[in-house]
Amino acid sequence: MAGRWRNTLKWSDVTSEGAYLDRRQAMAAVGALALSGIAGRARANEDGLAPNTWDEITRYNNFYEFGTGKEDPWHNAGRMTTDPWAVEIGGLVDRPGTYDLADILSGVSLEERLYRLRCVEAWSMVVPWVGFELADLLNRVGVQPSAKYVAFQTLHRPEEMPGQRSPILDWPYVEGLRLDEAMHPLTILATGLYGKDLPNQNGAPIRLVVPWKYGFKSIKSVVRITLTADQPLTSWNAYAPNEYGFYSNVNPDVDHPRWSQATERRIGGGLFSPRVPTQMFNGYAEEVAGLYAGMDLKKLF
Amino acid sequence: MGVAGPINAALRRVPVWPVYVIGMAPAPWFFWLAATGGLGVEPIAALEQRLGLTGLQFLTAGLAVTPLRRLTGISLIRYRRALGLVGFFHIALHLCVWLALDLQSWPLVWADILKRPYITIGMVAFLLLVPLALTSTDRALRRLGPVRWRRLHRLVYLAVPLGAIHFAMLVKGWQPEPLVYLGAILALLALRIRLQRARVAV
Repeated sequence: MAGRWRNTLKWSDVTSEGAYLDRRQAMAAVGALALSGIAGRARANEDGLAPNTWDEITRYNNFYEFGTGKEDPWHNAGRMTTDPWAVEIGGLVDRPGTYDLADILSGVSLEERLYRLRCVEAWSMVVPWVGFELADLLNRVGVQPSAKYVAFQTLHRPEEMPGQRSPILDWPYVEGLRLDEAMHPLTILATGLYGKDLPNQNGAPIRLVVPWKYGFKSIKSVVRITLTADQPLTSWNAYAPNEYGFYSNVNPDVDHPRWSQATERRIGGGLFSPRVPTQMFNGYAEEVAGLYAGMDLKKLF
Repeated sequence: MGVAGPINAALRRVPVWPVYVIGMAPAPWFFWLAATGGLGVEPIAALEQRLGLTGLQFLTAGLAVTPLRRLTGISLIRYRRALGLVGFFHIALHLCVWLALDLQSWPLVWADILKRPYITIGMVAFLLLVPLALTSTDRALRRLGPVRWRRLHRLVYLAVPLGAIHFAMLVKGWQPEPLVYLGAILALLALRIRLQRARVAV
């Protein structure tokens, strides 16, 4: 594929090569991926991109299908059945159908992507995802020329997802992207974390990750992908259109009506962790700003 | 009034100071938990929320004292000042955590108070509580006189529901918890109005 995005953030970027190797030798028994996570906390690179720990990433989640508390998903998500799992791909595609997860994964090669994650609630993490570019899957099913948007839907199974028994949002959770956003090489479907399978609370077995948008755009536990001509409905936008736009690009200059988006707190800094400035497009402006050329991002937030 | 008499008689032997001691205990406990990882990986927001909620609970309990006495005859009036002050203590710490740990910047504080309605409302609620805390002593009551003192302390009927509105405004999605608090507080206030009318009618 032409113009494929190259991940400039490698595991060895997280810490100096020497320290990385030293620790590698010292802790040879520990898995290399877990190791680099530990090393990462000890010494971040100039970007400050040290991944959050496994515990931080898996115990502090917004996944309202399992409750609104940050640790609710960690407590409750274990009940969700993720095997068997299939994704129904339809709409304006050449080869619609219900694709088994194993079938989807057989056609792609998984890679590591160390991404910033910025929640709309003004906290952030750095997550070492494992996944593949959404474009690979979309190209495989054949996107028809009339398609302009991609709609996504989360599993709806109230008997396993206690939050879906309360009207917190209009279930099932739905999200959407413009086709060019979906085809962008930064946009991935993730199936893992730290080299392991995704835990349920992080959106197992397959979830979207769009690192330049607020976290709620990165829909979890996806069961349906539909190519459409019109802009699809998205859950938070439907709930409060003045607070959550369809685009929801990370933007320090456009505040949420109820709180500032100018700064964020990195999870994991403890009780005295300062706020740090939020970056335009969550630090991915170089890669994605072109998608929005000529758009008034204050109106189309 | 069958049970109220013995209960009130028993309560007369219970001193007030344990309400202060037990009531203020959650705060150091929350700080300890926050510092040692017991409040999860984002301790600042968690600490802020716990302190605010505990304060709201004590203030709501203070609002329940009069309706409880009118409806059942059980009088907790001796403990009401302690309930109010313990509530204020937690709210003041909630504010300190927001200033010193959450925002850590005066320009941000000012911008938030002016720009964000839920912060504005929370701040107003806190400022309404300050004169009540300052005039909570026996000496202040004597100096103001009971009529003026009581009139001033009616501010609590405004401050507490504003606190609950502040809570309801900061959640995402349709979440019942803050609305339950707001409903309970409004019910306690409505009860007070109704009971007062009934008394006037008699």
